[in-house]
Amino acid sequence: MSATSKVLTKPILDNNPIALQILGVCSALAVTTSLQVTLVMCLALTSVTAFSNLFISLIRHHMPSSIRIIIQMTIIASLVILVDQFLQAYAFQISKSLSVFVGLIITNCIVMGRAEAFAMKNPPLISFMDGIGNGLGYSVVLIIVGSLRELFGSGSLLGFQILPTLSSGGWYQPNGLMLLAPSAFFIIGFLIWILRSRRREQVEIREYRLAPHTVEEGII
Amino acid sequence: MASSNDSIKQTLLIALSLCVVCSILVSGAAVILKPAQDANKLLDRNKNILSAAGLFDPEVHSDADVAQLFAQFTPRIVDLEQGRLLSEAETDQLGIDLSTYDPRRAVNDPRYSRALSAAQDVANIKRQLLYPMVYVVGSEDDVEQIVLPINGYGLWGILYGFLALEGDGNTVDGIGFYELKETPGLGAEVTNPRWRNQWPGKKIYAASGDVALDVVRGSGSGPSQISGLAGATLTSRGVENLIQFWMGENGFGPFLQNLRNS
Repeated sequence: MSATSKVLTKPILDNNPIALQILGVCSALAVTTSLQVTLVMCLALTSVTAFSNLFISLIRHHMPSSIRIIIQMTIIASLVILVDQFLQAYAFQISKSLSVFVGLIITNCIVMGRAEAFAMKNPPLISFMDGIGNGLGYSVVLIIVGSLRELFGSGSLLGFQILPTLSSGGWYQPNGLMLLAPSAFFIIGFLIWILRSRRREQVEIREYRLAPHTVEEGII
Repeated sequence: MASSNDSIKQTLLIALSLCVVCSILVSGAAVILKPAQDANKLLDRNKNILSAAGLFDPEVHSDADVAQLFAQFTPRIVDLEQGRLLSEAETDQLGIDLSTYDPRRAVNDPRYSRALSAAQDVANIKRQLLYPMVYVVGSEDDVEQIVLPINGYGLWGILYGFLALEGDGNTVDGIGFYELKETPGLGAEVTNPRWRNQWPGKKIYAASGDVALDVVRGSGSGPSQISGLAGATLTSRGVENLIQFWMGENGFGPFLQNLRNS
């Protein structure tokens, strides 16, 4: 496997930013009530991660270490503002439903995490690919969560009615929990469980262990 | 290389050039995209007004129809204390330019708004705009339809919407909310067409002139009752309160009274 395809595909299952690194969960809860909004959020995050990696990697040899983080933040913030402005101009309804969460990409740990962990140490092109790969990893989880939540929460997918709901004369009683943030927690939890029972190497090593009993026969 | 990067000169140089590049990019995008964004905001607001008036059906109409449909509405300013539409000259006198007037912003401007006392503040909105912008179909003497802005507190936040009335100032033509924070699937069902469909034809006022419109628990009947939303008692109550407030004596009540008498 070439290096490029490796950085592109690894974050999807082997090193998923949400499922393994547990980064960016906040937005995964907030923007997954409908699939359309989810897709736009994925696109926004992927492009921000890719381009911030690219630009940070381009100037990595000239960065004074004392203001390294500030420089990364400035680049990321500028990109996020650009994305936000574009959404407001060309996808107004979606930018309305994403509301503050586009702005909050700035604080999404995936973007900053990849800039620090990858772009600072690697050449621009491969860093760009790494950004796309991690964006894809994030997107895969978000799309699964978004599809499940929209299907069972509103009986539709991408706005098309799949399960006719009671309130519009059908038979399906929508699951209200699916439209609330905790349901995304449950779904992500199940996803992580499935992934880690298939790939045992992703299971974290326990940070602590109970000390063995010091008294052989316990006092009952 | 590392040491030269960390010199004060290099740090300042990098910081400065990064700031210049980023600010040019950001401000450039903001300036270039502003016309498109403003057009979107206007389209969105007009669509909400049309939708409240029952003239816009997303399954029949597209965004391209909005401008044409909206052409029949004339934006006007109502003086709530005097209970009448202001003429163009009076509007100018107040310093209101209809094309740039932003009612949502003006509510924080003491020239155009007032703070509500706890007794008055049925809808729990703290401040009230005294010069709201309404949309009129027909002429001033012969109003065919009028769309009024309404807002009030639901469960999680303030609901913003429009209420469309017929020229008699009493019969509802439609209601629509364009901004709310209610629970999806419960309170946010106020935007569901099935719930909104029971509004047209309802009467706001009783024969005595009091606000009669009532959002009841369970299923409503009669000319002034609306069925509340199951599982969203507080949102339903919020909608009732905001109707009580805006149609009452501190809201559009006196204005609609005059409209009914004329």
